[in-house]
Amino acid sequence: MDITALLLSRIQFAFTITFHIIFPSFTIGLAAWLTVLEALGLATGRPVYRVIFEFWLKIFGVAFGLGVVSGIVMAFQFGTNWSVLSKVAGPIQGPLLMYETFTAFMLEASFFGVLIFGRSRVPPWFYLFSTAMVALGTTFSAFWIMVNNSWMQVPSGYVMENGSFVPNDWTKIIFNSVVWSRFPHMLLASYLTGAFCVAATGAWYVLRKEYHAESRIMLRMGLGLAAVLMPIQLFFGHLNGSYVNTYQPSKMAAIEGRWNDEKPGSEVLFAWPDVKNRRNLFAITLPPPFGSLIDSDSLTAGETGLNSIPPENWPPVVIPFFAFRIMVGCGLLMLGLAWLGSYLSYRHRLAYNRPLLWLTFLSFPLPFVAIITGWFTAEVGRQPWVVYGVLRTADAVTPFLTTREATISLVIFCLVYAFIFLFGTFYIYRLIRIGPVRKQFEVPHLMVPNRPMSLADEEPIEVPSHIIAGE
Amino acid sequence: MVMFWVSLLAISILLYVLLDGVDLGVGLLFGLSNGEARRSTMLSAVAPIWDGNETWLVVTAVILWGAFPLVYATLLSAFYLPLIVMLAGLILRGVAFEFRYKTQRQRWIWDWSFAGGSLIATFVQGMTVGALVEGLQFTNGEYSGGAVGWLTPFAILCGIGLCLGYALLGACWLIRKCEGEVRDVARRQISVLAIGVLAFVVVVFAYALAENLPILHRWIDRPYLFVFPAIGAIAATVLALSILNHNDYLPFHMVALVFMSAFGTLALSFWPYMIPSVITVDQAAAPQSSLVFMFWGCGVIVFPLMLIYTLVSYSVFRGKVRAGGGYGH
Repeated sequence: MDITALLLSRIQFAFTITFHIIFPSFTIGLAAWLTVLEALGLATGRPVYRVIFEFWLKIFGVAFGLGVVSGIVMAFQFGTNWSVLSKVAGPIQGPLLMYETFTAFMLEASFFGVLIFGRSRVPPWFYLFSTAMVALGTTFSAFWIMVNNSWMQVPSGYVMENGSFVPNDWTKIIFNSVVWSRFPHMLLASYLTGAFCVAATGAWYVLRKEYHAESRIMLRMGLGLAAVLMPIQLFFGHLNGSYVNTYQPSKMAAIEGRWNDEKPGSEVLFAWPDVKNRRNLFAITLPPPFGSLIDSDSLTAGETGLNSIPPENWPPVVIPFFAFRIMVGCGLLMLGLAWLGSYLSYRHRLAYNRPLLWLTFLSFPLPFVAIITGWFTAEVGRQPWVVYGVLRTADAVTPFLTTREATISLVIFCLVYAFIFLFGTFYIYRLIRIGPVRKQFEVPHLMVPNRPMSLADEEPIEVPSHIIAGE
Repeated sequence: MVMFWVSLLAISILLYVLLDGVDLGVGLLFGLSNGEARRSTMLSAVAPIWDGNETWLVVTAVILWGAFPLVYATLLSAFYLPLIVMLAGLILRGVAFEFRYKTQRQRWIWDWSFAGGSLIATFVQGMTVGALVEGLQFTNGEYSGGAVGWLTPFAILCGIGLCLGYALLGACWLIRKCEGEVRDVARRQISVLAIGVLAFVVVVFAYALAENLPILHRWIDRPYLFVFPAIGAIAATVLALSILNHNDYLPFHMVALVFMSAFGTLALSFWPYMIPSVITVDQAAAPQSSLVFMFWGCGVIVFPLMLIYTLVSYSVFRGKVRAGGGYGH
């Protein structure tokens, strides 16, 4: 494959968006969890909730910051690298992303300041309100992004005029079955990410025999939430498969590694797709009608194979095929862990089961891997289209972008992102290793000095004179 | 409907310049300062509000995309490299707010990234506006200036000018928010910066005259445009007096007024073009169905709400920053 500005732009978009999604998927869940903790703290008056809140708030701050700065890049990248897309699809995508910015970003940004710096400056109810507003903002943001992406997957509610997409039915664009199966799928994925990170942290402290009360609350709440949400998530995952099967036959055939039309279809569990010779090597296959059952909820339905689709409309088969299987594998592992862990926790035996604690501790990458591979399945599976069936990715790139410019920008992004990611994850790791700080929260909700940014430092630190004050 | 979105775009750009100009400017002065006490006080003066300020840049970008997709696509792709560099600068300075307090040994890294990132972002913003004023090369409505078509002496001059301008804005914010040494230093810096900005304005005028820039003809055609420079001149005079009188609050408002008059001058001399002599407001506007959809939700309902959030967050963090204290009262 030649190195072109098109290829580099695709790599750059994939790299920056993959980097970005790690942080929102973590903070959407974490914001909701912080709201619950703050509400529990206010309702019960137990200081332990406040201790856990302050601990996770520090981690939230770092992750949120990384999400914000990497998100700003996305708002510009459509225009810099994909000027044809942003021109012709601008009348639809522009307003959707404007709704995102207007309803979500300013809400998040303003109340995030209160969350981090304002505990002593506002009444307790307003602080809880601010926490809830940050959580609401992150949810709005996810919603509009899913509407926008769903429109690129299954474009609807538009007419073509002078080569541009002109919207003629916004209700169709926003309220359609594709959005309402994909948005819950993403939202649940974020909650599960939060749940597993919290549970893994709790498991680590139990293993280290530290923070007795806090670690048990984290473990129980994290695994319990995951045990409830995981089956719902699998259900929404199945609904997502249905929309792909209905609207995107080429993506479905690639995911399933299905070469020939079958009626009813078989189901390839595992294989190595040999694209050149149009066959699967080392295939483990369930016989018909399992494929039709899984893809079409039917014992007799016919399923489309890649051979009946022109090769110029195929996605790169191997990526969606494997990404999908990795996502499902992570999901099943998480389901098993959440159920087993919750059962043992219910029987009060989890804290003594070291192997399962270790597994829970090591499980924190699973939701991230599942989200990233899930997006790879959706986005790479949509290729070669940027707006499925209407606009090709190759026709959407900025026409006068040179290979040299695209190389420079890709190098800049790789360097900057690697730099901030390494330090960011290191600081989060260190915050988690140090653990919650118990001091001074025994007096709940009074005007206690609050310096979330500096409490965490393991190194002795001078009292930071940073921080505001007022009359 | 188009006029509504032009106005909202203008308000957003202006708010971005005034608000993020403050924390970018503080970032520039941060690079000149030393001593942890001073630095952390300076940072505290903007830490709770910078994220909201920067969000106005995203607001500007999405209003462009939603309401004027042609301009969004054309401008962002024409300024490819500078925008990427600006984004890198904004990332580096943005993470510094969080990362700096997570470490002591590596704090110097984030101090550098805060000051350096602010400098890069400010310079690029000024340069972009300069290049736009001077005019980019277009063929049949498509940018044809190449990878560095924006790089001219005039654009570089404007980049330096904006650095001086934002630093001035930042210094005025610091005397408003801080006390003691930080305020005294900022007060001394204001005189230097104000003279620098004045010199910049003179040089820009001289250059525009010498090069016979097309924008100059628009001013001769529309003498009423001189209202804005007049307001700017008055504000500058009041600024000088308020500095001499050691007033903490007036200078910020006066510099804001100077910025507004500069913005008004520029915006009206562009009109009705969005990209001078290439794309007009009406050519760039999105179809009616897009504009109407955004009007009710974003324009009428959410935009006022955004202004309210901004006001709420500024009022929660009003008053002077006190060095050495917690979030005390």
